[in-house]
Amino acid sequence: MALLQLSEPGQSVAPHQQRLAAGIDLGTTNSLVATVRSGRAETLPDLDEQHLLPSVVRYTEEEVIVGEQAKACMVSDPLNTISSVKRLVGRGLEEFNSLGGQLPYHFTQEQTLVPRIKTASGDVSPVEVSSEILKVLAKRAEKTLGGDLEGVVITVPAYFDDAQRQATKDAATVAGLKVLRLLNEPTAAAVAYGLDTGSDGVHAIYDLGGGTFDISILRLNRGVFEVLSTGGDSALGGDDFDRVIAEWIMRQAGISDGTDHKVLRRLMRDACAAKEALTDSPVASLDLDLGNGARWQGQLTRDQFNELVDPLIRKTLAPCRRALRDAGLSGADIADVVMVGGSTRTPRVRELVGEFFKIPPLVDIDPDKVVAVGAAIQADVLVGNKPDDEILLLDVNPLSLGIETMGGLVEKIIPRNTTIPVARAQEFTTFKDGQTAMAVHVLQGERELVTGNRSLARFELRGIPPMVAGAARIQVTFSVDADGLLSVEAMEQSSGVRASIEVKPAYGLSDTEIETMLRDSIEHARDDMEVRRLREEQVDAKRVIEALEAALAEDGARLLNETEQEQVKTALAELMEVAEASDHKKIRKGIEKLEKTCEFYVERRMNASVQKAMSGHQLDEFE
Amino acid sequence: MGVTLTEAAANHVLQYLEGRGKGVGIRLGVRTSGCSGMAYVLEFADESSDEDLIFEEHGVKVLVDPKSMLYLEGTELDYTREGLNEGFKFNNPNAKDACGCGESFNI
Repeated sequence: MALLQLSEPGQSVAPHQQRLAAGIDLGTTNSLVATVRSGRAETLPDLDEQHLLPSVVRYTEEEVIVGEQAKACMVSDPLNTISSVKRLVGRGLEEFNSLGGQLPYHFTQEQTLVPRIKTASGDVSPVEVSSEILKVLAKRAEKTLGGDLEGVVITVPAYFDDAQRQATKDAATVAGLKVLRLLNEPTAAAVAYGLDTGSDGVHAIYDLGGGTFDISILRLNRGVFEVLSTGGDSALGGDDFDRVIAEWIMRQAGISDGTDHKVLRRLMRDACAAKEALTDSPVASLDLDLGNGARWQGQLTRDQFNELVDPLIRKTLAPCRRALRDAGLSGADIADVVMVGGSTRTPRVRELVGEFFKIPPLVDIDPDKVVAVGAAIQADVLVGNKPDDEILLLDVNPLSLGIETMGGLVEKIIPRNTTIPVARAQEFTTFKDGQTAMAVHVLQGERELVTGNRSLARFELRGIPPMVAGAARIQVTFSVDADGLLSVEAMEQSSGVRASIEVKPAYGLSDTEIETMLRDSIEHARDDMEVRRLREEQVDAKRVIEALEAALAEDGARLLNETEQEQVKTALAELMEVAEASDHKKIRKGIEKLEKTCEFYVERRMNASVQKAMSGHQLDEFE
Repeated sequence: MGVTLTEAAANHVLQYLEGRGKGVGIRLGVRTSGCSGMAYVLEFADESSDEDLIFEEHGVKVLVDPKSMLYLEGTELDYTREGLNEGFKFNNPNAKDACGCGESFNI
């Protein structure tokens, strides 16, 4: 039988309804996957109890190998073994070449926009390499959880640009994963430390990973993280620590730059091992195979190491200072400093960062896992596995979203302050007999009339089968995804014809504009209500008038004598006149009066149609 | 006879309760749903109600409402590992058959 996990009170899911989600930290050096089980977020190990998956992919002629096994071949097969691919994702050829000089791969130099890497199994793009890593992690999660993943949250550096974010999403798509959201790494780290449930305050997230450095200043305001400023260096990380050690060794051992790939790889690997050893011990021994049977032996002390990496660590403090200045803050305003990334294990890093912010940094959660843990918590929330009162207020849509209805009115479909992602549907119908198309006008704002709101998009639903007015059932669905992208779909239920559109509602709206729109709606609340009532009655009057005119044209002469026809037409003309006025009560009365006047006509029409339906049939057919 | 917990299950429950920071124990129950009639409920319990039957084993309070008890009499809750997947398992002598996935069962 299936294995179960503990749920929150009242939150047990029905069988087959459990929504599995995972958080993925797609890192430069290592990647991780984490999930929430029985209320606890933890990273998931593979069968060898390894949590970290080296972000290394090896392409051979037969297969693709990811992780530790691929990493082991970095020395023996450097050209087909791709590491640190995150540095290349979403980059253009120019940036590629500037970075490519540091990387031992052969790039194709064709005039394509996306450069590709030559490997034994053909040319591959960075997106494809990333997707191989994602596939392995997703498979691990699915095996661990015993089911398919509903979706994943993937973390990206705070200042990844649109191209890099899109490329990351593309990689997930290639891997067959649904991205619930791309989450900024610093926000994920803050969520992992539960800073989102603490008191409001400003936090600094210092993330020194393998290949990138990020500093982010976040402000928690009523449960929502606001990124005040970010800074960093997208080409600075633990790899650079390795490189300065390697360069130091090269100087000590008298190795020249022109040495072949394999020796350089080995050198980098030994440098990395020395760095890791120096976290716990004051001295690291080195024993290097230089090829051709030659060896070099030596020692690196922590003091020497500190001296080597100090310039690099200080290079991270300049962006910290800038980020604080951008946020208009000083070091004293920072409530917590969260340490993220394996390189923050280096004691010297903790020391200098603590000195800079004048508080001891938070280091309780494994700095390699903290981002994945935060992503898993977020994924769990986004997939809907949390009780309502515990939902993190992640993002809300700032203004209501709706569509235009008859009379220039706005029907709100998603009210403002709804947490996203969200999907809401509402049914609409046709206004005229035989209407085969409907215009959908998507609006944003709080006012009752179209004119007071912001028009986002328009599209038409065509091919509605001809029916009498009010018979068609057109379902309009609004969904806003976690990235704030709105999609609107209109579908006629009986025929299944549909049309849809996508828009970015927040695009181009500043906070002040949103505020003005909100204030207007409050100031004009009463006027808006009056106008709405008037328009509604006008629309109703128009509907009655049109229906009556259609009826008269069809059978007025047959069912009514001349006096009666005159009577109906007079009443009709009266309503037409009243409908032009701006008093909704009068219009209502006019409609009621007309309906009363025409009661006998409606009755006759009913009888006539019943007779028509029954004529030519035997009575017993109706029993 | 009531319901019982294996030591492995109790240890995990205690860990999870500690991580959660609140709760008096766990609640076991059954609900009518799923593809084969009944589904198990396994939740943290923040409070017990008067009619709850309470069992205590290996330091864990297990709450069961009397209606569910009819279906759970003699059940043992275990914690096991199957490959990479691990979790709680109901060993219920009353269950006659289960759907293919085992997430729901019949008496």
